[in-house]
Amino acid sequence: MANDSLLLEARQLRKTFLLPDGSRIRAVDGVDFPLREGETLAVVGESGCGKTTLARLLVRLETPDGGTVSFLGCNWLGARRSQLRRLRREMQMIFQDPYGSLDPRQRIGSAIGEPLAIHEPGLKRDERRARLEEAIAAVGLGREVLDRFPHEFSGGQRQRVAIARALVLRPKLVVADEPVSALDPSIGAQILDLLAQLQSRYGLTYFFISHSLPVVAQLATRIAVMREGRFVEIGDTAQILTHPAHPYTKTLLEAVPELPVTPGSFHAD
Amino acid sequence: MIPLLDVRDLTVELATESGAVRPVNGVSFQVATGEAVGLVGESGSGKTMLGLGLLGLVPAGARRRGVARLASRNGGPPVDLVQLGDRALEAIRGREIGMVFQEPMTALNPVMRVGAQVTEALRVHEPGLGAGELQRRTLEALDRAAVPDPRLRSRQFPHQLSGGLRQRVMIAMALAAGPRLLIADEPTTALDVTVQQQIVELLARLQRESNLALLFISHDLAVVAQLAGRLLVMYAGRIVEQGPAREVMERPAHPYTEGLLRAVPQKGKKLVPIPGSVPQPDALPPGCPFEPRCPYRRAECSLAMPEERSAGPEHFARCILVR
Repeated sequence: MANDSLLLEARQLRKTFLLPDGSRIRAVDGVDFPLREGETLAVVGESGCGKTTLARLLVRLETPDGGTVSFLGCNWLGARRSQLRRLRREMQMIFQDPYGSLDPRQRIGSAIGEPLAIHEPGLKRDERRARLEEAIAAVGLGREVLDRFPHEFSGGQRQRVAIARALVLRPKLVVADEPVSALDPSIGAQILDLLAQLQSRYGLTYFFISHSLPVVAQLATRIAVMREGRFVEIGDTAQILTHPAHPYTKTLLEAVPELPVTPGSFHAD
Repeated sequence: MIPLLDVRDLTVELATESGAVRPVNGVSFQVATGEAVGLVGESGSGKTMLGLGLLGLVPAGARRRGVARLASRNGGPPVDLVQLGDRALEAIRGREIGMVFQEPMTALNPVMRVGAQVTEALRVHEPGLGAGELQRRTLEALDRAAVPDPRLRSRQFPHQLSGGLRQRVMIAMALAAGPRLLIADEPTTALDVTVQQQIVELLARLQRESNLALLFISHDLAVVAQLAGRLLVMYAGRIVEQGPAREVMERPAHPYTEGLLRAVPQKGKKLVPIPGSVPQPDALPPGCPFEPRCPYRRAECSLAMPEERSAGPEHFARCILVR
């Protein structure tokens, strides 16, 4: 692995939560991984395995109890002030519920423009507008949506808006926590296609969290299987799907419900 | 043979600011005794409102039309669920038709022990039962729903149980009074895949062993296909295709069904999206509601809602391309 292609590296990340009854839960228990530029690393596991905590540690929504993360060659977890500001715009996040992550009283244009207002306050009005229109076009929506409110959109469209907001700063890394789990598969597949298209267009790197192996297989270069705070297996997507090494990976694969027949095609006369 | 449930032209109409909408629009289907029927479609297609409409659990001000005949237990005349008043419907719910919903945490009372909640479901329908008998039947219901160690579990609160166990408790409650039909609305959607499988197996076993009829509602065709013998495909308030599950999956007679099948997450398969989204009930396109998203659409598709056409034995689709 060429070192110059290394975008982020996590070493020995740990996070323990104290429960109300006094017991401790090791949500993330010594996780290491490199993330190379342009790849998609997917973390798969069941609820409670620690995958969301791991994503929140990466974007600094949680503070780890131990471990380091280097991002763009810098000590990301120790970054302060101007360095933090410079690095933060390179790492954006998409959440599961696009309704919960958008303010219902804020127009779409204002929501997408917020990161710009923070990180590029010097932009002129028309430059700002151009950036908004570029971001909204990139996710397949028309510029007229900028003046509308979140409730006017379907779940899939709202997730497109959330992606536009994540991309408006042209980040290097997007951390996506279950971005299609709340959507119908027919619509989730649209979002997965869009994410793949944006990745090749902007050279994005994805850190993708999901509970579903067949979903992450659509996008992932590598898959890490997480259980009880640890990666039990990490490998190339094809290898994980066809030659899983860990029994838990096998269990997860076998639990995927399969159609009992080969689905047919519609035949028009 | 008389079906257990015979639905003809069921419509649920809601008054909104933009006029009357019909989330369920002229739906007809039957469920035989002991049969597992799957109801699939994207969110917003009307699946949940159809289930609620049968049970009379529609929003205030909603109007139900059509006929939904439930066969009576002892050969008497069937009752029409659409005509029944609130009191009569209450007597039907739980006793004749059980219900299970997606999120057991919101359907269960958080400050009541789960055993007491199952007991409550029994007491409503059989007020004459003594305490000992209620206790016995409660444990029996939990045991049938494969809740391990029912005596211990019955004394616990919902938050002390895992998601899978909570769903088993919901199933125990729904079946406690011995209904003949269970309407399960996305019962496995909130659960991990490994737990999902166990709940599907439990429902399949209950259906087989107790001759329970199932209306299994889900957006996930792969899960529905694990137990449904027949499929109803719903879109924009209409059943656009129905038939034997295998036949529908192998020879889909509606382009929407084909789209749903291609989007099912399967190992080693590329997911194919359906473009666009489900139309809002107050902004339905003229003609076939799927026309704007349909890869096979023709000019005449936007003229009128297609009638149901035969696509094979017991197999129907609302598409003008079916001959």
